[in-house]
Amino acid sequence: MINIALPKGRLGEKVYATFEKAGYDCPSIKENNRKLIFENPEKGVRYFWVKPSDVSIYVERGAADIGVCGKDILTEYSPDVYELLDLKTGVCSMAVAAKKGFHDDGETTLKVATKFVRCAKAFYAKKGRDIDVIKLNGSIELAPILGLSDVIVDIVETGTTLKENDLEVVEKVFPISARLIANKSSFKFKTKEIEKLAEEVKKLID
Amino acid sequence: MSETILKEEERIAYALRSLYRQYGYLPYKMSKFEAYDLYVANKDFLVGDGVITFNDTDGKLLALKPDVTLSIIKNSSDENGKQKVYYHENVYRISGETKQFKEIPQVGLECIGEIGVYEVFETLLLAAKSLEKISPEFVLDVSHLGILSATLEEFACDSAFQREVMPLLAEKNLHEAAALCDKYSVDGQNKEKLLTIIRAYGNINETLSVLAPLCTSERAKESFEELKMLCALLNGSGYGDKIRLDFSVVNDMKYYNGIVFKGFVDGICEGVLSGGQYNKLMTRMHRKSGAIGFAVYLDLLQGFKKQKPAYDVDVLVLYDEQTDMETLSKQVLSITESGKSVNVRKAADKVRYDKLLDLRKGGANV
Repeated sequence: MINIALPKGRLGEKVYATFEKAGYDCPSIKENNRKLIFENPEKGVRYFWVKPSDVSIYVERGAADIGVCGKDILTEYSPDVYELLDLKTGVCSMAVAAKKGFHDDGETTLKVATKFVRCAKAFYAKKGRDIDVIKLNGSIELAPILGLSDVIVDIVETGTTLKENDLEVVEKVFPISARLIANKSSFKFKTKEIEKLAEEVKKLID
Repeated sequence: MSETILKEEERIAYALRSLYRQYGYLPYKMSKFEAYDLYVANKDFLVGDGVITFNDTDGKLLALKPDVTLSIIKNSSDENGKQKVYYHENVYRISGETKQFKEIPQVGLECIGEIGVYEVFETLLLAAKSLEKISPEFVLDVSHLGILSATLEEFACDSAFQREVMPLLAEKNLHEAAALCDKYSVDGQNKEKLLTIIRAYGNINETLSVLAPLCTSERAKESFEELKMLCALLNGSGYGDKIRLDFSVVNDMKYYNGIVFKGFVDGICEGVLSGGQYNKLMTRMHRKSGAIGFAVYLDLLQGFKKQKPAYDVDVLVLYDEQTDMETLSKQVLSITESGKSVNVRKAADKVRYDKLLDLRKGGANV
């Protein structure tokens, strides 16, 4: 039996559809109820929905054998897991954005608002730019508008929210997409099952 | 000592200590503190976590020992010939996201001196035997950094490539490794070589045959032959089917040079054993000899496999002011002499028991 942690929401549903097509269906998942765990013993899978940012924790700690997780989370938290596949869905990017026309003259410490503190620090450390990180938990776009920060480091999908708030992307930090991750220990003891699942899913995305 | 009294991790610790003794390793006891300088100089050798520091009465910065290997090397000498030691110590680290102070019990061994094929084999064998003591369902992943570094040398890329590719190897991250090769303009043949190394995982004979054609340079061939011989020896000692060749075991190449390995047990979510040959660390610490060793992380074994008992005590004896003390003491004596555990008290409270002996109100009701 492979335990699979899926991220709640649109991305998770899309990924489940791919898994279903790959032969790992679990009809009970579509029933409209409050169950948390869905099992199909015939196909040897057990699915559960978790908060997207928690998927890597479930997998790293072995509560799930495999899971689907955004590259943003993997880069921010560096969990000790295998990254087996790029699922090429949920495509977006980590980017630096600021108010339209913003120019970083490099004279003062750059104030950066973000949910992704480590990503932001690593990005600016590479450039040798001195920054002041302001950790926020949501509505990051508000920070430069109210003057809380000079720029933000955040996930940008279509850029609509930025545009509507008179913000623009200044620089891309790294591309993001959903990845199939596996617990290192589970991979040793369920090698064949996990490799087969990854292979079947890969066939569908290539 | 009774098996039921020992916690699983304690039972395993004793079993491991007697195993290492059997192979001629001597116990090594050390102090809990060490000068912080030792760890600063070799910061990356410590896996990830932070060090807990404090000042001694002279204002010198000390650390609660986060690692045993560095102290053993520090106290070793090239003149003493081969030293084989084992330890059972607690190490202290600041751990993970939550930055908590953590006490980690470790059992491990180090072999310091001239390291040849036999020494490496013996260490791998003891690693496999250690895992077997924990559970029959185990896997020992083995990698050879010699093959890896010789292969990466052929790529003629700068050190940035090496730095970036190592985490991808550890993640078995084929898609990003392929993208990295393109970014650094690695030619097609070498790119395929790297991807094959990442993909290679499994049974030793199969994986060796996949690796053989990839090891073309002199250095790679030499390392491959060593790996092959080790695999044959492990096969011969009956552990062949428990060994997997896996290049995702990538200890820091600044310290490690040859065989590196990691042990996993079914039911425990991370590696419980980790080790390797660290001649480069010895050189950094101005030693001429080589060294190899491993540690078993006993903290991961807490609660592993242990069936929780349904009760805390075999017999609960209740008494009150009217109970005859002589009867009570005789009853307790006869229970303990029959090998059962007993808890004597005036009220049951929340004690979970198998049998109840109620001596209250002068009676004896079982």
